[in-house]
Amino acid sequence: MTGMNLTLKIWRQAGPRAKGEMVTYPVTDISPDMSFLEMLDVLNEQLTARGEEPIAFDSDCREGICGMCGLMISGKAHGPEVTTTCQLHMRSFSDGDEITVEPWRADAFPVIKDLVVDREAFDRIIQAGGFISANTGAAPEAHSVPVPKPKADRSFMAAACIGCGACVAACPNASGMLFLGAKITHLGELPQGQPERDARVVAMVNQHDHEGFGGCTNIGECSLACPKEIPQDVINQLNLDLRRALTHGH
Amino acid sequence: MTQQTSGLIHGLYAEGDPIQDTKAPAGPIADRWNTRKFESALVNPANRRKLSVIIVGTGLAGGAAAATLGEAGYHVKSFCYQDSPRRAHSIAAQGGINAAKNYKEDGDSTFRLFYDTVKGGDYRSRESNVYRLAEVSANIIDQCVAQGVPFAREYGGLLDNRSFGGVQVSRTFYARGQTGQQLLIGAYQALERQVAAGTVEMYSRHEMLEVIVADGRARGIIARDLVTGEVETHLADVVVLATGGYGNVFFLSTNAMGSNVTATWRAHRKGAYFGNPCYTQIHPTCIPVAGEHQSKLTLMSESLRNDGRIWVPKRAEDCDKDPREIPEEDRDYYLERIYPSFGNLVPRDIASRAAKYVCDEGRGVGPKVGDFRRGVYLDFTDALRRMSKEAVAEKYGNLLDMYQRITGENPYEVPMRIYPAVHYTMGGLWVDYDLQSSIPGLFVAGEANFSDHGANRLGASALMQGLADGYFVLPNTIRDYLAKGPFEKLDDSHEAVVEAKASVDARIAKLLEINGDRTVDSFHRELGNIMWEYCGMERTEEGLLKAIDLIRALRDEFWRNVRVLGAADTLNQSLERAGRVADFLELGELMCIDALHRRESCGGHFRAESQTEDGEALRHDDEFAYVAAWEWGGDNGGAPILHKEDLVYEFVEMKQRSYK
Amino acid sequence: MVPPVATNTLPRTGPASARRTTVFLKMVMAVSGALFVLYVLLHMYGNLKIFSGVEAFDHYAESLRTLLTPILPVGGVLWLLRALLIVSVVAHVWAAAQLWRRANGARSNRYFAKEAARAALTSKAMRWGGIALLLFVIWHLLQFTIVKFNVGPDAAAGNSVGALVISSFQVWWVALIYLLAMIALGMHLYHGVFSASQTLGWSTTAKARARARATATVIALVVAVGFILPPLAILFGIVKGN
Repeated sequence: MTGMNLTLKIWRQAGPRAKGEMVTYPVTDISPDMSFLEMLDVLNEQLTARGEEPIAFDSDCREGICGMCGLMISGKAHGPEVTTTCQLHMRSFSDGDEITVEPWRADAFPVIKDLVVDREAFDRIIQAGGFISANTGAAPEAHSVPVPKPKADRSFMAAACIGCGACVAACPNASGMLFLGAKITHLGELPQGQPERDARVVAMVNQHDHEGFGGCTNIGECSLACPKEIPQDVINQLNLDLRRALTHGH
Repeated sequence: MTQQTSGLIHGLYAEGDPIQDTKAPAGPIADRWNTRKFESALVNPANRRKLSVIIVGTGLAGGAAAATLGEAGYHVKSFCYQDSPRRAHSIAAQGGINAAKNYKEDGDSTFRLFYDTVKGGDYRSRESNVYRLAEVSANIIDQCVAQGVPFAREYGGLLDNRSFGGVQVSRTFYARGQTGQQLLIGAYQALERQVAAGTVEMYSRHEMLEVIVADGRARGIIARDLVTGEVETHLADVVVLATGGYGNVFFLSTNAMGSNVTATWRAHRKGAYFGNPCYTQIHPTCIPVAGEHQSKLTLMSESLRNDGRIWVPKRAEDCDKDPREIPEEDRDYYLERIYPSFGNLVPRDIASRAAKYVCDEGRGVGPKVGDFRRGVYLDFTDALRRMSKEAVAEKYGNLLDMYQRITGENPYEVPMRIYPAVHYTMGGLWVDYDLQSSIPGLFVAGEANFSDHGANRLGASALMQGLADGYFVLPNTIRDYLAKGPFEKLDDSHEAVVEAKASVDARIAKLLEINGDRTVDSFHRELGNIMWEYCGMERTEEGLLKAIDLIRALRDEFWRNVRVLGAADTLNQSLERAGRVADFLELGELMCIDALHRRESCGGHFRAESQTEDGEALRHDDEFAYVAAWEWGGDNGGAPILHKEDLVYEFVEMKQRSYK
Repeated sequence: MVPPVATNTLPRTGPASARRTTVFLKMVMAVSGALFVLYVLLHMYGNLKIFSGVEAFDHYAESLRTLLTPILPVGGVLWLLRALLIVSVVAHVWAAAQLWRRANGARSNRYFAKEAARAALTSKAMRWGGIALLLFVIWHLLQFTIVKFNVGPDAAAGNSVGALVISSFQVWWVALIYLLAMIALGMHLYHGVFSASQTLGWSTTAKARARARATATVIALVVAVGFILPPLAILFGIVKGN
């Protein structure tokens, strides 16, 4: 089979303060081997040829690891498959489909233009404590602290987060707790992360709330939308760490 | 820098003075870095805050340097074009990072890593630099572990290592297939910690468009705020470029969509020499192009070649058949046939070229793109028979899944298709031992410089070099320069600042004004085709001369006929791309000139005219054992000027390789 | 003055307290909710006494009033319990309202199309279901504790709680209200118990999470079925008055 015809309804918004609207664009002869973003590239080439300004959307590595892309596709973060938008291919759709394309919607992720949103709130959450303080040159020999494999593996599982924001986009509360929990678990499972563990969770959760994300109510949409399949138990870990910090007087 | 020409060579370039001094200390190779660190001047901690550093790029090199200099107390301004420093393309590196820890007690050492890297670079890198790289490699692992990078571990809790890229020792540290991501996140977190501490000011969604050189020193940059479109001036005592490689000159590569040469090219135009631009690494195991719409290529770890067998049909007429129906006797396992001892595990460049040849013969497989099928089979049928599906999935599951997601074909049932793709560029801005370019005060780190990989980079060495530069080398060498500062305060009315800003404004206005018929991407795609055809896996004098003409014509058309819509004072992705493509159109020509002048084959540069009877790359050490550092020929179409830096090997003997 | 050089400590901007977080609000909900779970389990157990007859039921009700006498006055335990429950309900509702308000403010521009990845009805029904339960509890207290009004056929039922119960549930729509309320309660508990275990950090692994789900299912079923058995038994005449 070749050449799908699709109807796209895409959010267009000229700027951060502009009022946006859904605009309908028919596209024809779309190869099932195209990625979703390549399909948008093709549309943009056509728009440019017609003298219309192309649709702004973010993407960079296009191999599912940098976390820059992210679209709400027919109501699902990153579309119908468990993957990033850039790794979604048109064979996941059928001829004649109507596809809505929207930006992540959360007040903590304001729209910059069209489908591009500002996710600096995530950076600020990391700034609040998402690190281990180890100045360059101050590190001890790598083998001086063994890390039990199960802990190393769990840390790695959580560290797979790419900071794309799909968890926030999918959450009915627009909560960033999966992102946050992933970082708490990544650093908290390692011996190197222990000295700052209490302070880290308190500071990061405060920053998260301050940014205007909603609270978690354990619905689980985040994990299902996560392209890296980070499980809900990182939020559990986050809660546990906060409770411990509480008992330690934070 | 005087042009001592009695006419141009090939009508294309001139030869200038050779480079005499790279500032590397003399003496035993193992002592040189310590010597340099000791000689490098110190800066009083109280003075550091008064010294400002601009760092462009937040990948492993830039991110690590910004964090480290921030920790030291300098006033750092860090820039990236992405929405967050965590997105830099270092994140996509899969395989691992080398370090001479010798945890396996298998005979590894600093010297062996140094030796392997020099040899791997086909004797076109500097011994002093490479030794330093090997020396600090062990510190990198310590640093990353302390930051919480979750490397793979053994059950005893110690770090696991594997052997990578055909070397015989296990010195590669890894975090499943996401080593680059984990290392970058480590550097990113260290960077964000400094942002919180107030030592680093972060400018994301900012693209550097010009470097400011005042009174002979790099003193700042002109950057465009990609959200508001505002063209901003940022001044500092020193400027560091850590802006990655230029593989996107080929349009299709494994680089990120936004990876570009603009920062380094602008610096080149302001006087920084460009080193070895033609050295390009092409990776043999990428997923082939599926159609005209293709926007980028995806690499699969070459570990797949350990168990997969590469073949094409013997007859061109079998190429559109279902591969499972092609009988054994009609298959050509060409690598096993030509290189019986190494078979499917021949080095990257040999595997890549062999794939090109069989496809050029019309025996490629997969969909036709243009007139050719560009793909060869990577077949796991034997491995599945030998091992079991579970064992294969355990070892390669994530790669096979990735393949299936992209192609829609099930690799457990149908042989995969692969084809080479541009992956890394060894060339970059020329730097001395201190990583300082030929513009005083302009330092270059990571893939953006040319320094450590020679003509070819070993697997798992890119991450090593990025972090070595960022954490350990640059912070030590830049000190020596900063100790001379703070330099005289500049303000926005300085002639150099005014000139730089005006040129950026004019260029943006020009791009928006042309309003021609062709999109930016169509130019980029055409440039990519030219580069891939004539300056890709195999280069010939005739092809390169043709490419130069084609590029010049295309560049000319670009400036007459490109269509960039939208305005300058808003997020405008077409405008961003247009600026980048404009620079690629200039770089492409220099790459071809460099490839043309280097009439030998070495590493990632293969000249068809220079091969052995067996079709192996043939170096000409007597003529070409030098770094080609190119000086910009001037804005009015002046020819580039070649400065040669001779490579002297005191510790490693130059050998011709053979994989037969 | 030496300018700030290097950083070895976590920089702090503004006061950060664990008590000022949404996670803390959820803990408040979890703990107060847990108290309610214990209470409804006891309550449900008591209700089953109706199967032993009106007298046994009345006797049980009376014994609650005289529990721990004479150390405490008559009804003392009951009032302590009520006080605890009132504090819990206020805390639970207050925390829920805070989180609801935050969640509403976190996405002021809604999606045009939004599809839930799974039909998590129980989690989505927490807020409206919670309000419905609150209204139900008020109705329930008015009916059996505060006003004790009788909508049923037995005019003399006002003297005995057991008789009042039996008389009330002989009315089909009263039984229906309770049936619906217990379904709502079951759903609320199903998600609430699981959610509380998450919030309190008790289900860090997939296994523990599955266990928490199972526990939540059992509690929700036991409570809902246990509560609804007496009204249905009365409605269908299995349990009769004297």
